[in-house]
Amino acid sequence: MPANRFNAFTELGIGIGLRIPHYQHILTKKPTVDWFEIISENYMCDAGRPLEVLDQILEQYQVIQHGVSLYFGSTDRIDREQLKRLKNLVKRTKTPFLSDHLCWGSVDGTYTHDLLPVPYTLAAAKNTARRVREVQDFLEVPIIVENVSSYAEFHASEMTEWEFLTEVVELADCGILLDVNNIYVSSKNHNFDPYEYLNNVPHHRVGQIHIAGHTKYEKYILDTHDHPVLDPVWKMYAHTIRKCGPTSTLLEWDAHIPSFDEVHREALKARKFLDAVKSKKDDSALAAAAV
Amino acid sequence: MIAKKPRQIPRQTPRQTLSQLRDLQRLSGAAIMRPLARDWRMQRKWIDDRDMRIVAGEFIKPNDRLTSFERIEIYNRQYWFRLIDSFYDDFPGLRAVLGRLKFNRLTKAYLIAHPSRSFSMRNLGSSLYEFIQKHPELVAPRFDLASDMAHFEWAQVVAFDGPAEPPVTVDDLLGKNPAKLRLAVQPFITILQLKYPLDDYVIRLKKNRSRGDASNAMEEKLKGSARPTRRVPIPRARETFVVVHRLDNSIYYKTIDARAYRLLTSLSKGITLGKAIASAFAEKPDPELVRQWFTTWTEMGWFCKPR
Repeated sequence: MPANRFNAFTELGIGIGLRIPHYQHILTKKPTVDWFEIISENYMCDAGRPLEVLDQILEQYQVIQHGVSLYFGSTDRIDREQLKRLKNLVKRTKTPFLSDHLCWGSVDGTYTHDLLPVPYTLAAAKNTARRVREVQDFLEVPIIVENVSSYAEFHASEMTEWEFLTEVVELADCGILLDVNNIYVSSKNHNFDPYEYLNNVPHHRVGQIHIAGHTKYEKYILDTHDHPVLDPVWKMYAHTIRKCGPTSTLLEWDAHIPSFDEVHREALKARKFLDAVKSKKDDSALAAAAV
Repeated sequence: MIAKKPRQIPRQTPRQTLSQLRDLQRLSGAAIMRPLARDWRMQRKWIDDRDMRIVAGEFIKPNDRLTSFERIEIYNRQYWFRLIDSFYDDFPGLRAVLGRLKFNRLTKAYLIAHPSRSFSMRNLGSSLYEFIQKHPELVAPRFDLASDMAHFEWAQVVAFDGPAEPPVTVDDLLGKNPAKLRLAVQPFITILQLKYPLDDYVIRLKKNRSRGDASNAMEEKLKGSARPTRRVPIPRARETFVVVHRLDNSIYYKTIDARAYRLLTSLSKGITLGKAIASAFAEKPDPELVRQWFTTWTEMGWFCKPR
């Protein structure tokens, strides 16, 4: 299940986000890391240091691209120049698949640079799926879409978020990047049961998992990516990989970034959950074989 | 800020159409990108003077802890904090010469006039210099210094990751007729004539700049409670010619003299080498000096073939 057509049949293991404060450590120490996730937009430039560093990283590591500006849920036309730049980067990194968010962020050509929640309507699902297909056709790599954390809900919504996610990925025939922390954050902000979400997404489409830390405020939770993963999120993660299988997992840490080793240690905590699921699977297989 | 005025969305639309989705995104976008009030909170009145709490309630659900207004306000504040934070990163020198309050005012005014039209935040400040020329009151009494700094710092953005063409080498120039030869300056290079010696000033500022300003400490930065740094004295006015360029993927500032400035700007305008050299020197050109310049400049890969 974890290696599927939505993640180009890859089993990557545990990755971390490639961030500037860690460049020097990675390039000089060459630590053993299963894979790095890059923010595509940081490298969609013409030349200069970002691409020089990326090329050095690519010599040593598997890199997976993760985007923040495709805005699948927007109603604007897709920017072809942006797609061309993205495709050039896909060729450079040889990313086997690519992810971006189930959100919108631009309207009439003006960009908010935020990951805004889409109203969960059929019209929005069809529009989003059409755009995912268009991008996927152009880039010629599988696309997985990530659920975002949100702080507002629309009156216009006609279904739950997980129903909307399912509708989009079925219509687009694409995969899911399941962000467990985002589900937790949104569940607290919108008063829903996160396990109902986890139980009701199409597990066979999950190509990758994100985990991260968040910050609790008095009246809401903010998805800050500036802490270790909290216990309730680890529990949800364990539940997720029981449902989806031992899926490639990435830790996001984007602010107050500690040392590379600390970030990597936090990410590797996922290993015991993945191993537990793998060994259980083996036991089941053995039991089945014995019968 | 947004091209088309958003229509009001009828509450609890039974089945949303694509057109209604677009209208809802226009309305949400207008609310999210609307300038914040002076206290860095969402404005209390909508563009038509209605109570914003009522307007937000028409399209955003409240919950048991937050009103519709408070929920959309989270995005409204995030939008401005994120964009201003990006300006803090791209224009630290401008912030230093204007001070925090004036810099924030300038940034807000600029972003209202020039909201982002690119998928990348890299291009956010591309029109700041021109904006300052049209709105000197926003940077008074330091118009010249602020203009210079905006130009100088944008040049660094360009030098950081701007495109590069295959460089012309010294050998490529040998035996060429200067009367016919045209050279272009690399697109990542900016040749500047400044009223202030900003190269030294910015280097000192960077050395002095507080490290570890995490992006989500933005509110503290906006209110000025971020860790204070030692003040770098503002330089005295002195005409300076400087080339902001990139070498081995690092940004450099190279001070040049007025003649070199005239020569390089002439070449960048497509004038032939012979005429560019003639226009650079008030009297007879100094061949040895020109040879030295071109040796250095071609070694640094400053020239490419004109398109």
